Amino acid sequence: MNTNSRHPISPHLQIYRLPLTALLSITHRATGVILALGAVLLIWVLASLSAGPESYAKVQPVLQHWFGQLVLFGITFSLYFHFCNGIRHLFLDVGMGFELETSDRTAKLAIVVAIILTIATWVVAAGME
Amino acid sequence: MSDYRTPLSRVKGLGSAKDGTSHFWHQRLTAIALIPLVLWFGFGLASLPTDYDSLTGYIQQPAIAVALILLIASVFYHAQLGIQIILEDYVSSHAKRTLMIIAVSFTCLICALIGIVAVIKILVGA
Repeated sequence: MNTNSRHPISPHLQIYRLPLTALLSITHRATGVILALGAVLLIWVLASLSAGPESYAKVQPVLQHWFGQLVLFGITFSLYFHFCNGIRHLFLDVGMGFELETSDRTAKLAIVVAIILTIATWVVAAGME
Repeated sequence: MSDYRTPLSRVKGLGSAKDGTSHFWHQRLTAIALIPLVLWFGFGLASLPTDYDSLTGYIQQPAIAVALILLIASVFYHAQLGIQIILEDYVSSHAKRTLMIIAVSFTCLICALIGIVAVIKILVGA
């Protein structure tokens, strides 16, 4: 490649700082994969419930362990992030919110609402303990 | 004329992927279905004690069981469609990509069926 060329070169991903909207796009995919694994976890819990109390008695301590709780917290945030950003994408699909300023604002809104929903869910859950 | 497609292929609107926009459309349909289901699931589950009797008692309500089955079906269909797009974008080897898509499709179908059967089993108390 001619390095003296004044042509712009494509963004070098290790140097180029992704704009917030691009960061949200890749996070949407990452949380989608996390949620697919979370869905398998849900099936494991449902299957153990259907197999009877002895079977669920082996699963419940795993979920209540601090690491299990941490995983569940991560899944909760992934769920609400994917939920909020997914709704944002549905608006983009019908052609709304493409302006730079608007898409940046809705990106921040999606993150804030996801955090609020995550905390609200865990506050409700903590109230049941 | 730059369009070399036959009038029949144009009217069918299926394009080179042979299934038109159905993948895109089903991804959006399941997304819309999941909006109320996810809110119900998140807060419904959070407001339950996690012992065996509370959880099974909750699922034994027919409306809850139906909602849970809808959630499982939508989630795994949505997941299969989504992961397929990720594989199509990032896995360049055609053979590897096809095998991975098949594996993901089968896994999603099997997980969904195990989940639905488990919900029905809990519902009828078998």
